[in-house]
Amino acid sequence: MTNTSAGPVPGYRELDRLMRLMTGDEKHGPAATSTLDALWVLYSRVLRVTPRTVDDRGRDRFLLSKGHGPMAYYAVLAAHGFLDEALLPGFGAYDSPLGHHPDRLLVPGAEIGSGSLGHGLPLAVGSVLGLRAQGLADPRVWVLTGDAELDEGSNHEAIAYAGPAGLEQLHTLVIDNASATYGRPGGIASRFETAGWSVGIVDGRDHEALHTAFTTPHPGRPRAVVATVAP
Amino acid sequence: MDTMRERFIATTSRLLDEDPRLALVLAEISRDGFDRAQRAHPDRVVNVGIREQLLIGAGAGMALTGMRPIMHTFASFLVERPFEQVKLDLGHQGVGGVLVSAGASYDWPAGGFTHMSPGDVALLDTLDGWTVHVPGHPDEAEALLRLAATGDDLVYVRLSLQSNRVARPVGGGGFATVREGRGGVVIAVGPMLDNVLAATEGLDVTVLYATTVRPFDAAGLRRAVGAAEGADVVLVEPFMAGTSTAAANDALAELPHRVLGLGVSRAELRRYGRMDEHLMAHGLDPKGLRERIGGFLRQ
Repeated sequence: MTNTSAGPVPGYRELDRLMRLMTGDEKHGPAATSTLDALWVLYSRVLRVTPRTVDDRGRDRFLLSKGHGPMAYYAVLAAHGFLDEALLPGFGAYDSPLGHHPDRLLVPGAEIGSGSLGHGLPLAVGSVLGLRAQGLADPRVWVLTGDAELDEGSNHEAIAYAGPAGLEQLHTLVIDNASATYGRPGGIASRFETAGWSVGIVDGRDHEALHTAFTTPHPGRPRAVVATVAP
Repeated sequence: MDTMRERFIATTSRLLDEDPRLALVLAEISRDGFDRAQRAHPDRVVNVGIREQLLIGAGAGMALTGMRPIMHTFASFLVERPFEQVKLDLGHQGVGGVLVSAGASYDWPAGGFTHMSPGDVALLDTLDGWTVHVPGHPDEAEALLRLAATGDDLVYVRLSLQSNRVARPVGGGGFATVREGRGGVVIAVGPMLDNVLAATEGLDVTVLYATTVRPFDAAGLRRAVGAAEGADVVLVEPFMAGTSTAAANDALAELPHRVLGLGVSRAELRRYGRMDEHLMAHGLDPKGLRERIGGFLRQ
């Protein structure tokens, strides 16, 4: 894949060092790096949330549904000051808040605990409904899923509801590394489109393309961005 | 008299008018009853269609933003079908919510086993932190719903078409003493009270009435047992037999005791028909209860 952008913004190269502070998650290693660029662009250029606003009602919310391989997530949270990088070497240890699947009650800045696939998108739907019911039309809700995670039927309950319900504040980022056993080319995008979502497909390593896809207006409809990365 | 479900609709509709923090999530069931509430509060009355995993997930997501969600459908589709959502989206995320079910164990016998949920309370017993209310009358259902709506905790309210003739004061959390005797303690849960009172007429037993079964009122049971050197306890529950046996055993751990757990049998009846026929088949009619309680207490 080609990178058409002018190059990652300063701080990005810190992620490699932060990732290397975490060990002991070899099984999830490849899954972790698939999300790295998309997470970096979201946290550095799109999400309106900082360590000081993690409890603000009006913050943007990011829900990591694909809880497997959370090293990139922890590294990005550390790089942005949500959690102390001194915690990273303890990754997976008994007395560490950083598990191989994140727990929102332990990880500063984490909106949900995940690990069991197919829970983040329904929770994101509910978060948008809750914001809307409180008159908070500005905060955006983002949820990250994997392509194989979409095998879980609970996602399809959420996708099929959110489109017709017109949940404009809802955004789904699908990291597509072609890991689904029964995937079909274009299948993910078409399922969101059929349900009435605005959909973009983008190179998951291209920061400018990701940023454009993340910030494309989608009035009256939820937005899905399918970010493809090498398997 | 109205049913508990009708009272739930009327009460929740009023609560939605009064409390802007409250939200109601439906999965088609009872949709028509909430038509007025939905028009009055279109952003706080949400029907997600026939999607029970989303019913719980969306309710939990609303709770993440600070709302108090009430999630409602038949018990089998509220607790059993989306059980992992109940476990993770509510419990593990550390948010609260109110589950209100209809249908119970044998409310619609002609509908068959797919619409029966005798195992719902036993399933919730595998989770931490749940308060379980089993009202025995529409007035009690209203009082317990109002209580549940004001908190931040995890509450299950189990509604049924089966009802006692008169309502009793509820909501204090403890078991109420309805009758006093010395030859054993019978705990009647929710709508089982009338049948238990009829079955124990003339027996020398204490009858306790339980509408809030979790947390289990262990101290109340110990008080009812009194200073005796041993205890005989019978539980009569409108769900799976033995659901509260472990809780009663734990309450009496320091005392020699015997516990008989009566309720809905585990084996499928594979019968349709009416509620009274199912109560008889499970031995939960006055005659069946009398035989088993009298035999166990040797009275």
